[in-house]
Amino acid sequence: MEVLLCIAAGMLFTVGTYLILAKSLLRIALGTSLISHGVHLLLLTMAGVKRGAPPLLGEEAQAYTDPLPQALILTSIVISFGVTSFFFVLAYRAYKELGTDDMEQLRGQGDE
Amino acid sequence: MLLHAAVLLPLLFTIFVPLLYKAFPKLHTGWAVLAVPVVLFVFFVMQIPGQMNGGSAQSAAIPWIPALDISFALVLDGLSLLFALLITGIGALVVLYSISYLSRDKEAIHRFYVYLLLFMGAMLGVVLSDNLIVLYGFWELTSLSSFLLIAFWYKRDRSRYGALKSMLITVAGGFAMLGGFVLLYVMGGTFSIRELVAGLDGFSGDALFVPAMLLVLLGAFTKSAQFPFHIWLPDAMEAPTPVSAYLHSATMVKAGLYLVARMSPVFAGEAVWFWLVSGVGLATLLWGSYCAVRQTDLKAVLAYSTISQLGLIMSLLGIGSAAAHQGMAEDAVAAYAGAIAAALFHLFNHATFKGTLFMVVGIVDHETGTRDLRRLGGLMALMPVTFALALVASFSMAGIPPFNGFLSKEMFFTGALKAAELSLFGVPGWSALFPIIAWAASVFTFIYCMIVVFKTFAGRFKAEALDHKPHEAPLLMLVPPAVLASLVIVVGLFPGLVAGSLIEPALAAVLPAQADAYHVKITMWHGWTTELFMTIGVVAVGIALFLTLRYWQGIYALLPGRLTFNRVYDGLLRVLDRGSLFLTGRYMTGSLRHYLIYIFAFMIGLLGWMMLRLDVLGGGSPVYAELSFYEVVLVAVIVLAALAVPLAASRLTAILLTGAVGYIVSLLFVVLRAPDLALTQLIVETVSVTLFLLCFYHLPKLRKEMAPLPFKLGNALISVGVGLVVTTIALVVSGARKFDSISDFFIAQSYELAGGRNMVNVILVDFRGFDTLLEIMVLGIASLGIYALIKLRLADGEGGERLENK
Repeated sequence: MEVLLCIAAGMLFTVGTYLILAKSLLRIALGTSLISHGVHLLLLTMAGVKRGAPPLLGEEAQAYTDPLPQALILTSIVISFGVTSFFFVLAYRAYKELGTDDMEQLRGQGDE
Repeated sequence: MLLHAAVLLPLLFTIFVPLLYKAFPKLHTGWAVLAVPVVLFVFFVMQIPGQMNGGSAQSAAIPWIPALDISFALVLDGLSLLFALLITGIGALVVLYSISYLSRDKEAIHRFYVYLLLFMGAMLGVVLSDNLIVLYGFWELTSLSSFLLIAFWYKRDRSRYGALKSMLITVAGGFAMLGGFVLLYVMGGTFSIRELVAGLDGFSGDALFVPAMLLVLLGAFTKSAQFPFHIWLPDAMEAPTPVSAYLHSATMVKAGLYLVARMSPVFAGEAVWFWLVSGVGLATLLWGSYCAVRQTDLKAVLAYSTISQLGLIMSLLGIGSAAAHQGMAEDAVAAYAGAIAAALFHLFNHATFKGTLFMVVGIVDHETGTRDLRRLGGLMALMPVTFALALVASFSMAGIPPFNGFLSKEMFFTGALKAAELSLFGVPGWSALFPIIAWAASVFTFIYCMIVVFKTFAGRFKAEALDHKPHEAPLLMLVPPAVLASLVIVVGLFPGLVAGSLIEPALAAVLPAQADAYHVKITMWHGWTTELFMTIGVVAVGIALFLTLRYWQGIYALLPGRLTFNRVYDGLLRVLDRGSLFLTGRYMTGSLRHYLIYIFAFMIGLLGWMMLRLDVLGGGSPVYAELSFYEVVLVAVIVLAALAVPLAASRLTAILLTGAVGYIVSLLFVVLRAPDLALTQLIVETVSVTLFLLCFYHLPKLRKEMAPLPFKLGNALISVGVGLVVTTIALVVSGARKFDSISDFFIAQSYELAGGRNMVNVILVDFRGFDTLLEIMVLGIASLGIYALIKLRLADGEGGERLENK
């Protein structure tokens, strides 16, 4: 199970990185999204999966799945949501103002 | 403690200078500042009796960073005292002089005095510190304050150029010196100079000993403007004249001499030290005096003259170090100790006569509006007092009796003649160069001294070259140079006044082991000695050459020629400038993609290399959870959907595919027993996809990436690399647990302490509540940013800029 998740996280990183290196702002935004999914899987895998019941005390189980990475991921999901939405609006506004979404055209001047 | 107070007083007083400047608009702030050096001067004068006749050094230490053997330790011995008196004494006169030199109405005098006091405190720190690291700190602080003072008129190009030059050269030297200090620490195990001297036998044969010495000397040579690092001093003359008189002739440039004298007990036994210090000193002496003659700016003459005089003192310190050599006869030790005494005496004399000359030049500049020798002349009748002061000081510098310069010049000749007896490189003839160079340099010295006096004050008065008619300076401006000039005469006539009180204690500090062999006795008349004939020769040849100056001036067009050290400096600076611009331009391209590539490549390289080195995947047989059919399907869908994103032809497909990945991940969370995550992810994913679609309704159609194949291949290569590294990391960390998780605490306590049954929630809102609070803040900031971006409409005023960018 863990091996499979590791490979999945690696694939998400691969595709995410590939998209981030592209020129179009849309692709870059989608890439960050995919990478954050990869990070979540990575975090979850690190703690070991399916080691017990869901971390709810009412379950009356002998063992529980590690709650700490879940808490971290929850934070991360929310934060990456904030970042991604800001990024999207930024892309939208940049396009509206500058008329392009191509990173090569958005780059700084040579003498700056 | 009083010593610490003495060092800190000027530094602390800087705080009050701007306040005083504001509070008393009528008062020239200099009057208030004057109190500081005067008080300190009196304090140090009171210390003289304690140091005379073999008095012991005073010391006080405040622990600072004990773990690194750094303590704010101050020691007052004869050498420190001599310098401290110069710093505070000349400092007081310079502040007094500056009151009439810098007008309150026209100049930013509050800044001036802040810098000046900063320098004073730093310089006192240099000469009083016993800890090498503290000494280094103060040393660089003097460079810094010198930089600020040279650039005082920062609107002038030349000022900024000179300030930068002095800063670069002296700080580079200081940095080398720090390296030397660290090497000394490595060998001696202490940063305290006194402890180093005491433990010298333990490490003087160390392989690092000579490198440490060379590095320390580099610091001393750059600071004291020794050949070939002298080039910064003439450019430093852009500073206001009181600064030139104070920093660049009397005190700061002597810090290098101080360091050489201070470190003499450590290094003097080494032959390299002797040859290097005396050789560089003589080269500087000759080159400085030779160059001084061709200058047309009065201050430039004085700058080169200062360089040359610093070289003279340096060479004397070098010659005198022979006293510490092994197996010297008793009388030879005494003779070489005499050279050190001559160095210290000349150091004092130079401060008096050069200080006078700088102030005189300042007066001439102030009254006539120029320092150009070609426009000056005949001021004798107009400014008789100034002329008299200049005459005394110049004749002293030229080595003419009965002034103090004559005495130390004679002692210099004695030292040079004594050094001629040494066999250099085993060949006796070489050391004959010592007196020859000394004599030749003295002739040039004599000539430029005459130039300073007679080209300015004698000859025809060129009224047409001046903007207005000059007249004698105000009394207040004449007092400081008059005090110094009277010292020149008094010390010249009664050298015993300083010999026993200042020079002998200082000598004892430089040559602690040999101090008993020599007693400083300076007299005007020695009989018909070789030295006296040398002086007579200097005067005779000097007068002849001065009178025939215009016939042989042509050699200056030949000898320094095109290759000067200034060109080397400028060239180096240009190469550095262009080189860094070129280099930075190479990698700082402004393209986001390039920067990301650096980051990813670095990550792959570093992590991959470390993992290969540590062989992380080998060993250990981790226990994995069992695999079910649903999970394989879910993961397969995630991977397929993700892979399809880059291939998607339309933006809608791309967004939906990304959304699909997100939704399947939340399903996976369910399988992996993380219900909270699944819920959150579902909500967030829904909102994000909606937002994406809203935004991209306005964005252009997704173009096919029009990029060359290498571009895509490169991207793919980096992506695969990142993926591999991440997969490996994930495998490694999921397979091995080095220590117990802290999660057991949360599982056990979530109901006990927080009363919640959902552990994830309890962690978020209770155990790590502040985290969540800040997270909410992040979201709040992001939403504010989003709101501002949506509302943003660039006004017409900024629209112009927008057009430019198109």
